[in-house]
Amino acid sequence: MHRVLLLLLLLLIPVLVQAQYELGRPATSKEIQAADITVMPDGRGLPVGQGNAVAGEPIYKSRCAVCHGPKGEGRKGEYPALVGGVGTLATPKPVKTVGSYWPFATTVWDHINRAMPFNTPHILPPNDVYAVTAFILHLNGIVSREEQLTEKTLPKVAMPNRNGFVPDSRPDIKAHR
Amino acid sequence: MSVLRPQKKKPERSRRKFLAVAAVAGGSVALTSCGNTDDTPVPTGANMRPYGERAPQEKIRRTIRELTASPGTGSSRTPLQDLYGIITPSALHYERHHAGVPAIDPATHTLLIHGLVDKPLVFTLDDIRRFPATSRITFLECGGNSVGEQGGKFPETVQGSHGLLSGAQWTGVPLATVLREVGLKPEAKWMLAEGADACRMARSIPIEKALDPEVLLAYGQNGEALRPENGYPLRLIIPGWEGNTNVKWLRRLHLTDQPAMSSKETGYYTELRPDGKAEMFTFVMEARSVITRPSGGQKLTSHGFHEIVGLAWTGRGKIRQVEVSVDNGKTWAEAELQEPVLPKALTAFRFPWRWNGEETVIQCRCTDETGYLQPTREELIAVRGLYSGYHYNGLRPWRIHATGEVQSA
Ligand code: HEC
Repeated sequence: MHRVLLLLLLLLIPVLVQAQYELGRPATSKEIQAADITVMPDGRGLPVGQGNAVAGEPIYKSRCAVCHGPKGEGRKGEYPALVGGVGTLATPKPVKTVGSYWPFATTVWDHINRAMPFNTPHILPPNDVYAVTAFILHLNGIVSREEQLTEKTLPKVAMPNRNGFVPDSRPDIKAHR
Repeated sequence: MSVLRPQKKKPERSRRKFLAVAAVAGGSVALTSCGNTDDTPVPTGANMRPYGERAPQEKIRRTIRELTASPGTGSSRTPLQDLYGIITPSALHYERHHAGVPAIDPATHTLLIHGLVDKPLVFTLDDIRRFPATSRITFLECGGNSVGEQGGKFPETVQGSHGLLSGAQWTGVPLATVLREVGLKPEAKWMLAEGADACRMARSIPIEKALDPEVLLAYGQNGEALRPENGYPLRLIIPGWEGNTNVKWLRRLHLTDQPAMSSKETGYYTELRPDGKAEMFTFVMEARSVITRPSGGQKLTSHGFHEIVGLAWTGRGKIRQVEVSVDNGKTWAEAELQEPVLPKALTAFRFPWRWNGEETVIQCRCTDETGYLQPTREELIAVRGLYSGYHYNGLRPWRIHATGEVQSA
Protein backbone atom coordinates (compact mmCIF):
# COMPACT_ATOMS: atom_id res chain seq x y z
CA MET A 1 0.00 0.00 0.00
CA HIS A 2 2.74 2.42 1.05
CA ARG A 3 4.72 1.53 -2.05
CA VAL A 4 1.81 2.27 -4.30
CA LEU A 5 1.39 5.66 -2.64
CA LEU A 6 5.08 6.39 -2.99
CA LEU A 7 4.98 5.50 -6.66
CA LEU A 8 2.00 7.77 -7.16
CA LEU A 9 3.81 10.59 -5.39
CA LEU A 10 6.90 10.11 -7.52
CA LEU A 11 4.76 10.26 -10.63
CA LEU A 12 3.20 13.47 -9.37
CA ILE A 13 6.46 15.29 -8.72
CA PRO A 14 7.15 16.41 -12.30
CA VAL A 15 3.64 17.83 -12.44
CA LEU A 16 4.10 19.61 -9.14
CA VAL A 17 7.30 21.37 -10.07
CA GLN A 18 6.23 22.47 -13.52
CA ALA A 19 4.53 25.77 -14.17
CA GLN A 20 1.23 25.07 -15.83
CA TYR A 21 -0.57 28.28 -16.36
CA GLU A 22 2.11 30.70 -17.52
CA LEU A 23 0.49 33.59 -15.76
CA GLY A 24 2.39 36.53 -14.32
CA ARG A 25 5.42 38.21 -15.81
CA PRO A 26 9.10 37.94 -14.90
CA ALA A 27 10.18 40.35 -12.16
CA THR A 28 13.15 42.54 -13.06
CA SER A 29 16.05 42.65 -10.62
CA LYS A 30 15.48 46.39 -10.32
CA GLU A 31 11.90 46.03 -9.15
CA ILE A 32 12.82 43.22 -6.77
CA GLN A 33 15.49 45.45 -5.26
CA ALA A 34 13.04 48.30 -4.86
CA ALA A 35 10.39 46.16 -3.18
CA ASP A 36 12.61 43.88 -1.09
CA ILE A 37 12.92 45.33 2.40
CA THR A 38 13.35 41.98 4.19
CA VAL A 39 16.00 41.99 6.91
CA MET A 40 17.12 38.63 8.27
CA PRO A 41 18.38 38.12 11.83
CA ASP A 42 21.87 37.37 10.47
CA GLY A 43 21.92 40.76 8.75
CA ARG A 44 21.17 39.70 5.19
CA GLY A 45 19.04 42.37 3.55
CA LEU A 46 20.44 45.25 5.60
CA PRO A 47 21.57 48.14 3.41
CA VAL A 48 25.13 49.40 3.71
CA GLY A 49 25.21 52.22 6.23
CA GLN A 50 26.01 53.31 9.75
CA GLY A 51 24.85 55.39 12.67
CA ASN A 52 25.36 55.75 16.41
CA ALA A 53 23.35 57.09 19.33
CA VAL A 54 25.03 60.50 19.11
CA ALA A 55 23.66 60.91 15.58
CA GLY A 56 20.40 59.21 16.53
CA GLU A 57 19.45 61.47 19.45
CA PRO A 58 18.42 64.54 17.41
CA ILE A 59 16.53 62.35 14.91
CA TYR A 60 14.71 60.67 17.78
CA LYS A 61 13.91 64.04 19.40
CA SER A 62 12.44 65.48 16.24
CA ARG A 63 10.67 62.43 14.83
CA CYS A 64 9.88 59.97 17.60
CA ALA A 65 9.81 61.63 21.02
CA VAL A 66 6.40 63.23 20.51
CA CYS A 67 4.82 59.78 20.80
CA HIS A 68 7.34 57.57 22.57
CA GLY A 69 8.49 60.21 25.07
CA PRO A 70 11.84 62.06 25.32
CA LYS A 71 13.54 59.10 27.01
CA GLY A 72 11.59 56.33 25.25
CA GLU A 73 9.39 55.90 28.30
CA GLY A 74 6.21 55.85 26.18
CA ARG A 75 2.82 57.18 27.30
CA LYS A 76 0.73 54.82 29.37
CA GLY A 77 -2.20 53.47 27.40
CA GLU A 78 -1.26 55.65 24.42
CA TYR A 79 2.15 54.69 23.07
CA PRO A 80 4.47 51.78 23.77
CA ALA A 81 7.59 52.39 25.86
CA LEU A 82 10.81 51.63 24.03
CA VAL A 83 12.95 51.15 27.14
CA GLY A 84 12.88 49.24 30.40
CA GLY A 85 11.72 45.88 31.66
CA VAL A 86 15.04 44.01 31.49
CA GLY A 87 14.96 41.29 34.14
CA THR A 88 11.16 41.42 34.61
CA LEU A 89 10.02 38.68 32.23
CA ALA A 90 9.88 35.91 34.83
CA THR A 91 8.37 38.14 37.53
CA PRO A 92 4.69 38.81 38.36
CA LYS A 93 5.00 42.16 36.54
CA PRO A 94 6.63 41.40 33.19
CA VAL A 95 7.38 44.48 31.07
CA LYS A 96 7.90 43.73 27.39
CA THR A 97 9.81 46.33 25.43
CA VAL A 98 12.17 46.37 22.49
CA GLY A 99 14.98 46.28 25.08
CA SER A 100 13.68 43.62 27.44
CA TYR A 101 11.87 41.30 25.05
CA TRP A 102 12.85 41.57 21.39
CA PRO A 103 15.50 38.94 20.61
CA PHE A 104 17.20 40.58 17.62
CA ALA A 105 18.50 44.11 17.01
CA THR A 106 17.81 43.52 13.31
CA THR A 107 14.09 43.32 14.15
CA VAL A 108 14.23 46.75 15.79
CA TRP A 109 15.90 48.16 12.69
CA ASP A 110 13.41 46.39 10.42
CA HIS A 111 10.39 47.55 12.43
CA ILE A 112 11.50 51.20 12.33
CA ASN A 113 12.30 50.89 8.63
CA ARG A 114 8.88 49.39 7.87
CA ALA A 115 6.63 51.25 10.20
CA MET A 116 8.09 54.37 11.84
CA PRO A 117 7.58 57.28 12.26
CA PHE A 118 4.01 56.07 12.53
CA ASN A 119 2.33 58.75 10.40
CA THR A 120 5.07 59.04 7.76
CA PRO A 121 6.83 55.67 7.48
CA HIS A 122 9.53 54.90 4.87
CA ILE A 123 11.02 58.40 4.97
CA LEU A 124 14.17 57.74 7.01
CA PRO A 125 17.26 56.99 4.92
CA PRO A 126 19.23 53.89 6.07
CA ASN A 127 21.82 55.87 8.05
CA ASP A 128 19.05 57.53 10.05
CA VAL A 129 17.49 54.15 10.79
CA TYR A 130 20.87 52.86 12.03
CA ALA A 131 21.32 56.00 14.14
CA VAL A 132 17.89 56.01 15.72
CA THR A 133 18.12 52.23 16.36
CA ALA A 134 21.45 52.86 18.08
CA PHE A 135 19.86 55.60 20.20
CA ILE A 136 17.02 53.31 21.35
CA LEU A 137 19.44 50.48 22.11
CA HIS A 138 21.62 52.99 23.98
CA LEU A 139 18.62 54.14 26.07
CA ASN A 140 18.27 50.47 27.01
CA GLY A 141 21.93 50.23 28.01
CA ILE A 142 22.62 47.73 25.24
CA VAL A 143 25.15 49.78 23.20
CA SER A 144 27.38 52.73 24.12
CA ARG A 145 26.76 56.28 22.88
CA GLU A 146 29.59 56.12 20.40
CA GLU A 147 29.22 52.57 19.07
CA GLN A 148 28.60 52.65 15.33
CA LEU A 149 25.95 50.25 14.13
CA THR A 150 26.43 49.04 10.57
CA GLU A 151 25.07 46.27 8.39
CA LYS A 152 27.93 44.15 9.80
CA THR A 153 27.71 45.01 13.51
CA LEU A 154 23.94 45.32 14.01
CA PRO A 155 23.28 41.54 13.79
CA LYS A 156 26.00 40.97 16.41
CA VAL A 157 24.43 43.22 19.04
CA ALA A 158 23.71 41.02 22.08
CA MET A 159 20.06 41.61 22.96
CA PRO A 160 19.19 40.76 26.59
CA ASN A 161 16.41 38.33 25.60
CA ARG A 162 18.30 36.73 22.69
CA ASN A 163 17.83 33.25 24.17
CA GLY A 164 14.39 33.86 25.58
CA PHE A 165 12.35 32.10 22.90
CA VAL A 166 11.32 28.47 22.57
CA PRO A 167 9.11 26.69 20.02
CA ASP A 168 5.37 26.09 20.34
CA SER A 169 4.77 23.38 22.97
CA ARG A 170 1.05 22.99 22.41
CA PRO A 171 -1.06 21.02 23.00
CA ASP A 172 0.34 21.82 26.44
CA ILE A 173 -2.87 21.39 28.41
CA LYS A 174 -3.67 17.72 28.51
CA ALA A 175 -7.36 17.43 29.17
CA HIS A 176 -7.66 14.93 26.31
CA ARG A 177 -10.46 12.40 26.04
CA MET B 1 -43.28 38.45 13.79
CA SER B 2 -46.57 38.70 11.89
CA VAL B 3 -45.79 35.67 9.78
CA LEU B 4 -45.84 33.53 12.90
CA ARG B 5 -49.32 34.65 13.89
CA PRO B 6 -52.15 32.26 13.09
CA GLN B 7 -54.01 33.16 9.93
CA LYS B 8 -56.65 35.76 10.70
CA LYS B 9 -60.21 35.35 9.60
CA LYS B 10 -61.21 37.46 6.67
CA PRO B 11 -62.03 40.91 8.07
CA GLU B 12 -65.64 41.98 8.09
CA ARG B 13 -66.82 44.38 5.51
CA SER B 14 -67.12 47.44 7.71
CA ARG B 15 -63.68 46.94 9.22
CA ARG B 16 -62.19 46.50 5.81
CA LYS B 17 -63.72 49.72 4.64
CA PHE B 18 -62.45 51.55 7.71
CA LEU B 19 -58.92 50.28 7.14
CA ALA B 20 -58.99 51.28 3.52
CA VAL B 21 -59.98 54.79 4.49
CA ALA B 22 -57.32 54.88 7.14
CA ALA B 23 -54.73 53.75 4.61
CA VAL B 24 -55.57 56.68 2.37
CA ALA B 25 -55.89 59.18 5.17
CA GLY B 26 -52.72 58.30 7.03
CA GLY B 27 -50.71 55.76 5.10
CA SER B 28 -48.02 55.27 7.71
CA VAL B 29 -50.50 54.53 10.48
CA ALA B 30 -52.17 51.85 8.43
CA LEU B 31 -48.81 50.44 7.40
CA THR B 32 -47.52 49.91 10.88
CA SER B 33 -50.78 48.68 12.33
CA CYS B 34 -51.59 45.99 9.81
CA GLY B 35 -49.80 42.71 9.37
CA ASN B 36 -49.38 41.08 6.00
CA THR B 37 -52.03 38.51 6.68
CA ASP B 38 -54.91 40.77 5.72
CA ASP B 39 -55.33 42.27 2.30
CA THR B 40 -55.41 45.94 3.25
CA PRO B 41 -54.03 47.98 0.38
CA VAL B 42 -50.54 49.31 1.08
CA PRO B 43 -48.58 51.79 -0.99
CA THR B 44 -46.12 50.44 -3.52
CA GLY B 45 -42.84 49.49 -1.85
CA ALA B 46 -39.46 51.10 -2.15
CA ASN B 47 -37.47 50.96 -5.36
CA MET B 48 -34.87 48.32 -5.98
CA ARG B 49 -31.33 49.16 -4.95
CA PRO B 50 -28.26 48.25 -6.98
CA TYR B 51 -26.40 47.47 -3.75
CA GLY B 52 -28.51 46.31 -0.84
CA GLU B 53 -28.73 47.66 2.67
CA ARG B 54 -30.14 46.00 5.76
CA ALA B 55 -33.53 47.06 7.14
CA PRO B 56 -33.32 50.43 8.90
CA GLN B 57 -34.45 48.82 12.16
CA GLU B 58 -31.37 46.58 12.25
CA LYS B 59 -28.63 48.30 14.20
CA ILE B 60 -26.06 45.69 15.23
CA ARG B 61 -22.49 46.83 14.70
CA ARG B 62 -18.86 46.16 15.41
CA THR B 63 -17.38 47.80 18.50
CA ILE B 64 -14.18 49.67 17.81
CA ARG B 65 -11.31 49.89 20.22
CA GLU B 66 -8.06 51.68 19.46
CA LEU B 67 -5.05 50.32 21.31
CA THR B 68 -2.83 53.40 21.03
CA ALA B 69 -3.47 57.11 20.65
CA SER B 70 -2.82 56.76 16.91
CA PRO B 71 -6.02 55.59 15.17
CA GLY B 72 -5.55 52.50 13.02
CA THR B 73 -3.73 50.37 15.58
CA GLY B 74 -6.69 48.68 17.21
CA SER B 75 -9.46 46.26 16.49
CA SER B 76 -13.17 46.05 15.91
CA ARG B 77 -15.26 43.19 17.26
CA THR B 78 -18.00 41.09 15.72
CA PRO B 79 -21.40 41.18 17.52
CA LEU B 80 -21.51 37.39 17.95
CA GLN B 81 -24.52 37.62 20.28
CA ASP B 82 -26.70 38.96 17.46
CA LEU B 83 -25.67 36.74 14.55
CA TYR B 84 -27.10 33.55 13.06
CA GLY B 85 -25.21 30.63 11.60
CA ILE B 86 -21.54 30.31 10.72
CA ILE B 87 -20.99 33.13 8.21
CA THR B 88 -20.26 36.62 9.48
CA PRO B 89 -21.62 39.33 7.18
CA SER B 90 -18.59 41.04 5.64
CA ALA B 91 -19.63 44.40 7.10
CA LEU B 92 -19.41 42.85 10.58
CA HIS B 93 -16.23 40.78 10.17
CA TYR B 94 -13.75 41.61 12.92
CA GLU B 95 -10.76 43.81 12.15
CA ARG B 96 -7.28 44.11 13.57
CA HIS B 97 -4.85 46.57 12.04
CA HIS B 98 -1.40 47.86 12.86
CA ALA B 99 -1.40 50.95 10.66
CA GLY B 100 -4.91 51.57 9.41
CA VAL B 101 -6.69 50.39 6.27
CA PRO B 102 -4.77 51.27 3.11
CA ALA B 103 -6.57 52.52 0.00
CA ILE B 104 -5.30 50.23 -2.76
CA ASP B 105 -6.02 50.56 -6.46
CA PRO B 106 -6.70 47.01 -7.69
CA ALA B 107 -5.80 48.05 -11.25
CA THR B 108 -2.19 48.75 -10.29
CA HIS B 109 -1.73 46.46 -7.27
CA THR B 110 0.70 43.59 -7.84
CA LEU B 111 2.03 40.59 -5.96
CA LEU B 112 5.77 39.96 -6.23
CA ILE B 113 7.08 36.46 -5.49
CA HIS B 114 10.84 36.24 -5.23
CA GLY B 115 13.79 34.93 -3.22
CA LEU B 116 14.66 31.24 -3.33
CA VAL B 117 12.66 30.59 -6.50
CA ASP B 118 13.55 29.57 -10.02
CA LYS B 119 11.69 32.39 -11.68
CA PRO B 120 10.63 35.50 -9.72
CA LEU B 121 7.27 36.68 -11.02
CA VAL B 122 4.94 39.64 -10.70
CA PHE B 123 1.20 38.99 -10.76
CA THR B 124 -1.57 41.46 -11.37
CA LEU B 125 -4.96 40.79 -9.85
CA ASP B 126 -6.21 39.74 -13.25
CA ASP B 127 -3.44 37.13 -13.35
CA ILE B 128 -4.38 35.87 -9.90
CA ARG B 129 -8.05 35.64 -10.81
CA ARG B 130 -7.27 33.64 -13.95
CA PHE B 131 -5.89 30.72 -11.92
CA PRO B 132 -8.30 27.88 -11.14
CA ALA B 133 -10.12 29.09 -8.05
CA THR B 134 -11.66 27.49 -5.04
CA SER B 135 -13.87 28.62 -2.14
CA ARG B 136 -13.63 27.59 1.45
CA ILE B 137 -15.56 28.40 4.61
CA THR B 138 -13.25 29.05 7.56
CA PHE B 139 -13.17 30.81 10.87
CA LEU B 140 -10.69 33.58 11.43
CA GLU B 141 -9.67 34.44 14.97
CA CYS B 142 -7.15 36.96 16.22
CA GLY B 143 -4.35 35.35 18.24
CA GLY B 144 -5.15 37.97 20.86
CA ASN B 145 -8.88 37.23 21.17
CA SER B 146 -9.88 37.28 24.89
CA VAL B 147 -6.36 38.40 25.79
CA GLY B 148 -7.49 39.80 29.16
CA GLU B 149 -9.39 36.75 30.48
CA GLN B 150 -6.25 34.92 31.51
CA GLY B 151 -5.35 37.80 33.81
CA GLY B 152 -8.90 37.95 35.18
CA LYS B 153 -10.49 40.71 33.08
CA PHE B 154 -13.88 39.52 31.86
CA PRO B 155 -15.62 41.81 29.39
CA GLU B 156 -19.38 42.23 29.88
CA THR B 157 -20.49 40.80 26.55
CA VAL B 158 -19.47 38.00 24.23
CA GLN B 159 -18.70 40.67 21.64
CA GLY B 160 -16.19 42.11 24.08
CA SER B 161 -14.73 38.78 25.15
CA HIS B 162 -14.79 36.76 21.92
CA GLY B 163 -15.51 39.29 19.15
CA LEU B 164 -12.13 38.97 17.42
CA LEU B 165 -13.66 35.92 15.75
CA SER B 166 -15.60 35.68 12.51
CA GLY B 167 -16.53 33.16 9.86
CA ALA B 168 -16.53 33.67 6.12
CA GLN B 169 -16.39 31.95 2.79
CA TRP B 170 -13.14 32.95 1.09
CA THR B 171 -12.46 32.55 -2.62
CA GLY B 172 -9.08 32.52 -4.29
CA VAL B 173 -6.34 30.39 -5.78
CA PRO B 174 -4.44 27.87 -3.66
CA LEU B 175 -1.09 29.46 -2.85
CA ALA B 176 0.60 26.17 -3.81
CA THR B 177 -0.65 26.59 -7.39
CA VAL B 178 0.98 30.00 -7.66
CA LEU B 179 4.19 28.87 -5.95
CA ARG B 180 4.44 26.15 -8.59
CA GLU B 181 4.56 28.86 -11.24
CA VAL B 182 7.67 30.46 -9.71
CA GLY B 183 9.27 27.11 -8.86
CA LEU B 184 10.72 26.70 -5.36
CA LYS B 185 14.40 26.02 -4.81
CA PRO B 186 15.07 23.17 -2.35
CA GLU B 187 16.57 25.65 0.16
CA ALA B 188 13.27 27.55 0.40
CA LYS B 189 12.09 26.71 3.92
CA TRP B 190 10.12 29.81 4.91
CA MET B 191 8.00 32.42 3.18
CA LEU B 192 7.75 36.01 4.39
CA ALA B 193 4.31 37.39 3.53
CA GLU B 194 4.15 41.17 3.46
CA GLY B 195 1.22 43.58 3.30
CA ALA B 196 0.96 46.89 1.48
CA ASP B 197 -0.29 48.68 4.60
CA ALA B 198 1.72 51.61 5.93
CA CYS B 199 3.65 49.40 8.38
CA ARG B 200 4.32 46.71 5.77
CA MET B 201 3.09 44.10 8.23
CA ALA B 202 5.00 40.87 7.62
CA ARG B 203 4.91 37.30 8.89
CA SER B 204 7.11 34.27 8.20
CA ILE B 205 5.24 31.09 7.23
CA PRO B 206 6.93 27.66 7.18
CA ILE B 207 7.13 26.25 3.66
CA GLU B 208 5.11 23.10 4.49
CA LYS B 209 2.18 25.35 5.38
CA ALA B 210 2.67 27.56 2.32
CA LEU B 211 2.37 24.43 0.17
CA ASP B 212 -0.68 23.12 2.04
CA PRO B 213 -3.50 23.06 -0.53
CA GLU B 214 -5.82 24.63 2.06
CA VAL B 215 -3.94 27.92 1.99
CA LEU B 216 -5.41 30.52 -0.34
CA LEU B 217 -4.44 33.73 -2.03
CA ALA B 218 -7.93 35.11 -1.52
CA TYR B 219 -9.71 37.90 -3.33
CA GLY B 220 -13.28 36.94 -2.49
CA GLN B 221 -15.15 37.16 0.80
CA ASN B 222 -18.71 35.91 1.09
CA GLY B 223 -19.25 36.00 -2.64
CA GLU B 224 -17.87 39.42 -3.48
CA ALA B 225 -14.50 41.15 -3.41
CA LEU B 226 -12.73 41.36 -0.04
CA ARG B 227 -13.70 44.33 2.07
CA PRO B 228 -10.95 46.97 2.35
CA GLU B 229 -10.59 46.27 6.08
CA ASN B 230 -10.21 42.58 5.32
CA GLY B 231 -7.35 42.91 2.89
CA TYR B 232 -8.73 44.24 -0.39
CA PRO B 233 -7.72 43.35 -3.00
CA LEU B 234 -5.65 40.29 -1.97
CA ARG B 235 -4.88 38.47 1.25
CA LEU B 236 -3.55 35.24 2.60
CA ILE B 237 -5.99 32.78 4.15
CA ILE B 238 -4.43 30.08 6.33
CA PRO B 239 -7.36 28.09 7.73
CA GLY B 240 -7.05 27.47 11.46
CA TRP B 241 -4.01 29.70 12.03
CA GLU B 242 -3.97 32.88 14.09
CA GLY B 243 -5.46 35.87 12.29
CA ASN B 244 -2.19 37.80 12.07
CA THR B 245 -0.60 35.18 9.77
CA ASN B 246 -3.46 35.69 7.28
CA VAL B 247 -1.62 38.74 5.93
CA LYS B 248 -3.89 41.35 4.34
CA TRP B 249 -3.25 43.66 1.38
CA LEU B 250 -0.66 41.14 0.21
CA ARG B 251 2.07 42.67 -1.96
CA ARG B 252 5.12 40.42 -1.60
CA LEU B 253 6.04 36.82 -0.87
CA HIS B 254 9.72 36.30 -0.15
CA LEU B 255 10.98 32.70 -0.12
CA THR B 256 13.82 32.39 2.37
CA ASP B 257 15.88 29.76 4.19
CA GLN B 258 15.01 31.08 7.69
CA PRO B 259 12.27 33.05 9.36
CA ALA B 260 12.87 36.80 9.14
CA MET B 261 11.99 37.28 12.84
CA SER B 262 9.71 40.20 12.08
CA SER B 263 8.35 42.31 14.93
CA LYS B 264 5.00 40.51 14.74
CA GLU B 265 6.60 37.10 15.30
CA THR B 266 8.94 38.18 18.10
CA GLY B 267 7.73 41.28 19.96
CA TYR B 268 4.09 40.40 19.32
CA TYR B 269 2.14 37.11 18.96
CA THR B 270 4.59 35.24 21.20
CA GLU B 271 3.56 33.80 24.55
CA LEU B 272 5.39 34.54 27.75
CA ARG B 273 5.57 31.56 30.11
CA PRO B 274 5.91 31.67 33.89
CA ASP B 275 9.63 30.83 33.58
CA GLY B 276 10.23 34.01 31.55
CA LYS B 277 10.71 32.14 28.26
CA ALA B 278 8.30 32.87 25.42
CA GLU B 279 6.92 30.48 22.84
CA MET B 280 7.13 31.62 19.24
CA PHE B 281 5.53 30.53 15.96
CA THR B 282 2.45 29.45 17.89
CA PHE B 283 0.31 29.36 14.79
CA VAL B 284 -2.66 27.08 15.32
CA MET B 285 -5.82 28.22 17.10
CA GLU B 286 -6.83 25.49 19.54
CA ALA B 287 -10.39 24.26 20.12
CA ARG B 288 -12.77 26.68 21.70
CA SER B 289 -16.49 27.25 22.19
CA VAL B 290 -18.76 29.89 23.65
CA ILE B 291 -22.46 30.40 24.30
CA THR B 292 -23.56 33.44 22.31
CA ARG B 293 -27.24 33.42 23.45
CA PRO B 294 -28.02 33.95 26.25
CA SER B 295 -24.77 35.80 26.98
CA GLY B 296 -23.46 38.73 29.00
CA GLY B 297 -25.49 41.92 28.78
CA GLN B 298 -28.67 40.15 27.67
CA LYS B 299 -31.75 39.56 29.79
CA LEU B 300 -34.14 36.63 29.92
CA THR B 301 -37.57 38.18 30.16
CA SER B 302 -39.49 35.07 31.24
CA HIS B 303 -39.09 31.61 32.70
CA GLY B 304 -39.59 28.61 30.50
CA PHE B 305 -38.11 27.63 27.18
CA HIS B 306 -34.91 29.21 25.94
CA GLU B 307 -32.68 27.80 23.27
CA ILE B 308 -29.02 28.05 24.23
CA VAL B 309 -26.99 28.67 21.09
CA GLY B 310 -23.32 29.13 20.50
CA LEU B 311 -20.25 28.52 18.38
CA ALA B 312 -17.39 26.05 18.50
CA TRP B 313 -14.25 26.00 16.37
CA THR B 314 -10.79 24.46 16.16
CA GLY B 315 -7.73 25.04 14.02
CA ARG B 316 -7.01 21.31 14.12
CA GLY B 317 -9.95 20.12 12.03
CA LYS B 318 -13.56 19.44 12.91
CA ILE B 319 -15.47 19.90 16.12
CA ARG B 320 -16.51 16.48 17.40
CA GLN B 321 -18.69 17.39 20.36
CA VAL B 322 -20.04 20.32 22.33
CA GLU B 323 -21.36 19.86 25.84
CA VAL B 324 -23.46 22.33 27.79
CA SER B 325 -23.87 22.68 31.54
CA VAL B 326 -26.78 24.66 32.99
CA ASP B 327 -25.98 23.91 36.64
CA ASN B 328 -22.66 25.60 37.24
CA GLY B 329 -20.60 22.76 35.82
CA LYS B 330 -22.09 19.96 37.95
CA THR B 331 -23.53 18.05 35.01
CA TRP B 332 -22.96 18.26 31.26
CA ALA B 333 -25.15 17.21 28.35
CA GLU B 334 -24.41 17.01 24.66
CA ALA B 335 -25.55 19.84 22.44
CA GLU B 336 -26.77 19.36 18.89
CA LEU B 337 -24.22 20.37 16.27
CA GLN B 338 -25.87 22.17 13.42
CA GLU B 339 -24.84 21.12 9.93
CA PRO B 340 -22.63 21.81 8.16
CA VAL B 341 -19.80 20.80 10.49
CA LEU B 342 -16.77 21.87 8.45
CA PRO B 343 -13.09 21.59 9.31
CA LYS B 344 -11.55 24.84 10.61
CA ALA B 345 -14.88 26.63 10.32
CA LEU B 346 -17.30 27.93 12.91
CA THR B 347 -19.68 25.19 14.03
CA ALA B 348 -23.02 26.29 15.44
CA PHE B 349 -24.57 24.34 18.30
CA ARG B 350 -28.02 24.36 19.90
CA PHE B 351 -29.26 23.18 23.27
CA PRO B 352 -32.90 23.33 24.40
CA TRP B 353 -33.31 24.59 27.96
CA ARG B 354 -36.12 25.41 30.37
CA TRP B 355 -35.14 28.10 32.83
CA ASN B 356 -36.86 27.70 36.19
CA GLY B 357 -36.18 31.29 37.17
CA GLU B 358 -33.42 30.52 39.65
CA GLU B 359 -29.92 31.89 39.52
CA THR B 360 -27.54 29.54 37.74
CA VAL B 361 -24.39 29.43 35.62
CA ILE B 362 -24.43 28.15 32.05
CA GLN B 363 -21.35 27.22 30.03
CA CYS B 364 -20.14 25.04 27.19
CA ARG B 365 -17.03 23.06 26.32
CA CYS B 366 -15.95 21.40 23.11
CA THR B 367 -13.84 18.49 21.96
CA ASP B 368 -12.26 18.46 18.53
CA GLU B 369 -11.55 15.53 16.25
CA THR B 370 -8.04 15.09 17.69
CA GLY B 371 -9.61 14.41 21.10
CA TYR B 372 -8.47 17.78 22.48
CA LEU B 373 -10.86 19.04 25.15
CA GLN B 374 -11.24 22.78 25.67
CA PRO B 375 -9.66 23.59 29.07
CA THR B 376 -11.05 25.57 31.96
CA ARG B 377 -9.37 28.88 32.80
CA GLU B 378 -7.85 27.22 35.88
CA GLU B 379 -6.35 24.36 33.86
CA LEU B 380 -4.93 26.85 31.41
CA ILE B 381 -3.40 29.13 34.03
CA ALA B 382 -1.89 26.14 35.86
CA VAL B 383 0.27 25.49 32.80
CA ARG B 384 0.71 28.91 31.19
CA GLY B 385 0.59 31.32 34.10
CA LEU B 386 -1.09 34.68 33.79
CA TYR B 387 0.88 36.46 31.05
CA SER B 388 0.99 34.36 27.88
CA GLY B 389 -2.09 36.28 26.72
CA TYR B 390 -2.41 35.11 23.14
CA HIS B 391 -4.31 31.92 22.29
CA TYR B 392 -6.44 31.98 25.42
CA ASN B 393 -9.15 29.33 24.92
CA GLY B 394 -10.60 28.73 28.37
CA LEU B 395 -14.26 28.10 29.09
CA ARG B 396 -16.55 31.12 29.36
CA PRO B 397 -19.33 30.69 31.93
CA TRP B 398 -22.31 33.09 32.04
CA ARG B 399 -24.27 33.72 35.24
CA ILE B 400 -28.06 33.98 34.87
CA HIS B 401 -29.41 36.05 37.75
CA ALA B 402 -32.90 35.47 39.15
CA THR B 403 -33.82 38.77 37.48
CA GLY B 404 -32.93 37.20 34.13
CA GLU B 405 -29.88 39.40 33.71
CA VAL B 406 -26.87 37.62 32.23
CA GLN B 407 -23.35 38.44 33.34
CA SER B 408 -19.89 36.96 32.95
CA ALA B 409 -19.35 34.50 35.80
C1 HEC C 1 2.56 59.44 15.79
C2 HEC C 1 3.10 58.66 16.86
C3 HEC C 1 4.41 57.92 16.63
C4 HEC C 1 5.61 58.41 16.20
C5 HEC C 1 5.95 59.85 15.80
C6 HEC C 1 6.54 57.31 16.24
N1 HEC C 1 5.92 56.20 16.66
FE1 HEC C 1 6.78 54.39 17.02
N2 HEC C 1 4.97 53.60 17.47
C7 HEC C 1 3.77 54.28 17.44
C8 HEC C 1 2.70 53.33 17.64
C9 HEC C 1 1.22 53.67 17.64
C10 HEC C 1 3.29 52.07 17.82
C11 HEC C 1 2.57 50.71 18.02
C12 HEC C 1 2.16 50.20 16.66
C13 HEC C 1 1.37 48.91 16.71
O1 HEC C 1 0.42 48.80 17.44
O2 HEC C 1 1.74 47.99 15.96
C14 HEC C 1 4.71 52.27 17.72
C15 HEC C 1 5.66 51.26 17.87
C16 HEC C 1 7.03 51.46 17.80
C17 HEC C 1 8.02 50.45 18.08
C18 HEC C 1 7.69 49.04 18.54
C19 HEC C 1 7.58 49.08 20.04
C20 HEC C 1 6.83 47.95 20.65
O3 HEC C 1 7.23 47.45 21.71
O4 HEC C 1 5.82 47.56 20.10
C21 HEC C 1 9.24 51.00 17.86
C22 HEC C 1 10.58 50.33 18.02
C23 HEC C 1 9.02 52.37 17.45
N3 HEC C 1 7.66 52.61 17.43
C24 HEC C 1 10.01 53.25 17.13
C25 HEC C 1 9.77 54.55 16.67
C26 HEC C 1 10.81 55.40 16.16
C27 HEC C 1 12.28 55.07 16.11
C28 HEC C 1 10.21 56.55 15.79
C29 HEC C 1 10.83 57.76 15.15
C30 HEC C 1 11.60 57.52 13.94
C31 HEC C 1 8.80 56.43 16.08
N4 HEC C 1 8.58 55.19 16.59
C32 HEC C 1 7.87 57.42 15.86
C33 HEC C 1 3.61 55.63 17.26
C34 HEC C 1 4.61 56.50 16.88
